[in-house]
Amino acid sequence: MVIEGIDYKELGLKVGLEIHQQLATKKKLFCPCEKFQSDTFELSFERRLRPTQSELGQVDPAAMFEFKKGKMIRYGANRDSSCLVEADEEPPHDLNMEAVESALIVALALNSNIVDELHTMRKIVIDGSNTTGFQRTIIVALGGSLKTHHREVEVQTICLEEDAARLTGDSKDFREYYLDRLCVPLVEIALAPVEGSPQEVQEIALSLGRLLRATKRVARGLGTIRQDINVSTKGGAVVEVKGIQKLDMISKIVEFEALRQKGLMEIKEELEERFVKPEDIGQPIDVTDIFEDTECKIIRQAIKEGGIVLAVRLKGFSGLLVYEPYPEIRLGKEMAEMVRFYGLGGIYHSDELPRYGITIDEVESLKRRLEISKEDGFVLLAGPKDRAEDGIVAIVERSKDALQGVPYETRGPTPDGKTRYIRPRPGPARMYPETDIPPIAITKELLSRLEKEVPKPWEEQIEYYMSKYGLSKKLALQVYDSEYSDLFGAVVSKTKIQPSVVAATLTETLISLSRAGFDIDFLDESTLTDLFLSLDKGRISKEAIPQILELFLEGKIGSIEDAIKRLGIVTISEEELLQLIRRIVEESKDLIRERGERAFSIIMGKVMKITRGRADGAKVGTLLKNEIENVMKGEHDSSE
Amino acid sequence: MSELVGYRGPSSDILKKSKVMIGDLIEVATSKTKYNGVLMPRYEYADDLHVVIKLSNGYNIGIDVRNIQAIKRISVGEKPHFTAPPKPLIKPNLPNIAIISTGGTIASRVDYRTGAVHPALSASDLYSAVPELSRYAIIDAEVVSSIFSENMTAEYWKLIALKVAEKVRSGFRGIVVTHGTDTMGYTSAALSFALAEVPVPVVLVGSQRSSDRPSSDAALNLIGAVLVASKAPFSGVYVVMHSGMSDDVLSVHLGTKVRKNHTSRRDAFESINIPPVAYVKGGSIGEVMDGLPPRSDSKDFAARPDFDTRVALIKFHPDFDPEIIDYLTSRGYKGIVLEGTGLGHVGGYCNSQLRLAIEKGVLVAMTSQCIWGRVRMTVYDTGRDLLVMGVLPLEDMLPETALVKMMWALGNTRSVEDAKELMKKNIAGEIGYRSDLERRPAR
Ligand SMILES: [Zn+2]
Repeated sequence: MVIEGIDYKELGLKVGLEIHQQLATKKKLFCPCEKFQSDTFELSFERRLRPTQSELGQVDPAAMFEFKKGKMIRYGANRDSSCLVEADEEPPHDLNMEAVESALIVALALNSNIVDELHTMRKIVIDGSNTTGFQRTIIVALGGSLKTHHREVEVQTICLEEDAARLTGDSKDFREYYLDRLCVPLVEIALAPVEGSPQEVQEIALSLGRLLRATKRVARGLGTIRQDINVSTKGGAVVEVKGIQKLDMISKIVEFEALRQKGLMEIKEELEERFVKPEDIGQPIDVTDIFEDTECKIIRQAIKEGGIVLAVRLKGFSGLLVYEPYPEIRLGKEMAEMVRFYGLGGIYHSDELPRYGITIDEVESLKRRLEISKEDGFVLLAGPKDRAEDGIVAIVERSKDALQGVPYETRGPTPDGKTRYIRPRPGPARMYPETDIPPIAITKELLSRLEKEVPKPWEEQIEYYMSKYGLSKKLALQVYDSEYSDLFGAVVSKTKIQPSVVAATLTETLISLSRAGFDIDFLDESTLTDLFLSLDKGRISKEAIPQILELFLEGKIGSIEDAIKRLGIVTISEEELLQLIRRIVEESKDLIRERGERAFSIIMGKVMKITRGRADGAKVGTLLKNEIENVMKGEHDSSE
Repeated sequence: MSELVGYRGPSSDILKKSKVMIGDLIEVATSKTKYNGVLMPRYEYADDLHVVIKLSNGYNIGIDVRNIQAIKRISVGEKPHFTAPPKPLIKPNLPNIAIISTGGTIASRVDYRTGAVHPALSASDLYSAVPELSRYAIIDAEVVSSIFSENMTAEYWKLIALKVAEKVRSGFRGIVVTHGTDTMGYTSAALSFALAEVPVPVVLVGSQRSSDRPSSDAALNLIGAVLVASKAPFSGVYVVMHSGMSDDVLSVHLGTKVRKNHTSRRDAFESINIPPVAYVKGGSIGEVMDGLPPRSDSKDFAARPDFDTRVALIKFHPDFDPEIIDYLTSRGYKGIVLEGTGLGHVGGYCNSQLRLAIEKGVLVAMTSQCIWGRVRMTVYDTGRDLLVMGVLPLEDMLPETALVKMMWALGNTRSVEDAKELMKKNIAGEIGYRSDLERRPAR
């Protein structure tokens, strides 16, 4: 979706980035398990987390709601990737110093002020993503700055923390997580909010990502880096969008979120013009009796299961629940997304009824009951009593928030670059010390040793790639940003293949395969290494690479060796090739006489089609040129 | 909070000099930067070179005193005040259950400002921390001690036993004893003997994960213990804890047959040589073992809470020094429980010391360090020699239970012979005469 002419400056767009990057340590943060992603989870157990009371006697509302839902949490565990520590059946072991060092190197690279002594904290999280009910997190450094091409962005905090368990399912009664990712060390870098266009925000994230990769201490691959962004516009609350896995989605998401917030402000202005006040939002009323014989399947089912139907009058809201200042941005949709958090399917509202089996008679009785005039709107929902009650309270709150414009909430990215409601934003972080881990003093000796490990700025590394390997700047950047930059280094040092061929294969070829719909995550480093070794030995030609990779990704072959056998693409010997070329040239004599050198490309095409990747294009070209010249000079030493 | 808890040496000096207190919002200027935060207590075992503050984002950091240029108070700390949530509605006609706490925290709340964990000890604290309790019982809560489980002694066993007896006589339908887990098995054995005729269930309960964390096993264990105390059809002393890693099933273990068999798991407690006597799942008690003493309405029963602590539990091992036995004999010990090898053996080189001890009137009994199984001293010569000498075989009794029982037997008899007779008698299910085919019966 491209909306022309949004003036982000006028909108007051501010975006704060928070990057969570997994560290490539041998072991997890508080136990000796290795990170190992698997799909077999031979063990499972079930838990409930309960909100702990704080000194104020209150519990976090989002936390309380999670508990009230009464969902059990089911954890799947794999013996290799988790031990009793991840299961919360054993106290944490000593803090992994390799991870501490990595975080410190990042802090040094960002000129951040490293704290003198590290204190592990417990940050309460009771959605089940941590078996303990809290995430262990340590502030490593404060302040500093990230320098990008165009600007300097202030760093707020750098933390070392444990990653959460992997959510794998969420049904009515169970939420499921796998433990393999739990306790993997993460470095979390929070940047101060910046003004700028969505594209500029994405570039900042890219810069930070490159700086992290330059340390060579961070994990690579999908899911190893996650971005949270805090987006606000003038007059609105800060909206948190959590868990963006693909960097190139950031600008799209910021763009959507800016537009959504702009739209919500326009709805607010409309409500202001109608003089709607918070007290105009009514009290929820139980209207189950109106729907006793309803034809609406969802409501009928809810009542049959002992549930209730609740409705609330929204004075002055007529038409505003479907009003779309921009495509797909409307209050009705926001509310429907919101009640899903409370385990309800959605809402019905005045601007869309009668519909979905709800009759005009039902709507009319509802309007009488709620005392609705034609300026007013209403929202209706059905479900189990406790869920419906929580849901309608959320609707009342959301309607009041509409008078303010943009509410404070947590949203998540959608695959198409938009955002959707996830949950209310939690109150201030509830943190208390992790008494199982003693504080760790950061010594001057340690810091002066780590200072030597601070990487050169990534720009210098790009220049190094360009000068040493003769890569274009574009290719150098692509290699640097790709997951295979280490593999690139290894291949060019081990083989005599031209670096640009290796770089183009690892970037452009893979990107085009990915665009063609192949899942390139299946390509592991050892397969790619085999590919390059075969190329180096002359067993395959570089022209055959795309075809081999396609076969591999289609699952038709299990290894590069299979591919060579299957395609018969052992390179043709020079002798064979010469004979082939001579034969084709002989057959094309007329063409050559007629067209001269211009016949070259046609004949070249014929030869390449026959060799199907078994011959090196450059070599074919040289030999062919020679032969054509011979024919043209009439000096051809025919073997006839 | 006026004291600078945990601070000493240079860090204490600089705080005193700056006249700041724990809980104060302070500004700390270092050579590089300034930090604002609330002054926090310091761990007692940490070094004396760092000052700990809590930043406004909730994180704690330590600042090296050697980098500090000045500390300034911005504002005085406010004392946190706790407003308890409304008390849940308690249905009338529920049984009265007494919860006696001995130490360890089965329920607590956290002061996120300082990180302090406050135990929930009163009935209203318990209701507000674990509201589900109101479904099963009307709670009365009383604290008899607040000690770490490892500091538990026979003196406390007596105190707890007398308190339980008092509660039963005043009409409580069940008693829950909250206890640190490290020595809970010993206390459950002690109460089993001291309260052998108790007419209601007495349930010991603890937690393997501290109650200040959302994943604690404490709440479910406590709910289960209150449920057993209020609804179980049997009387006697039991331990209720998790059956497995999941928060679903609890095991009810007989007080004399239970042992902590893991340092940290939720299901650390296991019944040894018998299966658990019942399970708690989804708010009900099931799979109750036959032959348990029934619950009765009687309020009158005799408690025998005396223990003679001059008893030692000795684990035999290769190169065991038999002079240890001589030492115990000369120090006036009345009893020795041996944790022998295999079927109940100690090296023949200990025989003369053991013989001397028995001649001097020390009661010597044999259990096995195998934990599972029964001693059988007639199989090998070594065992036969010990039997002839007068070492008493204790069947399948747990070594720890045997120790407690011997303390109790000697505390409640006048002669070694009488104590020996008492040791042979099955008082509270501590002796099983038949060994099940399965070690850990499948459920
Ligand atoms: Zn582990």
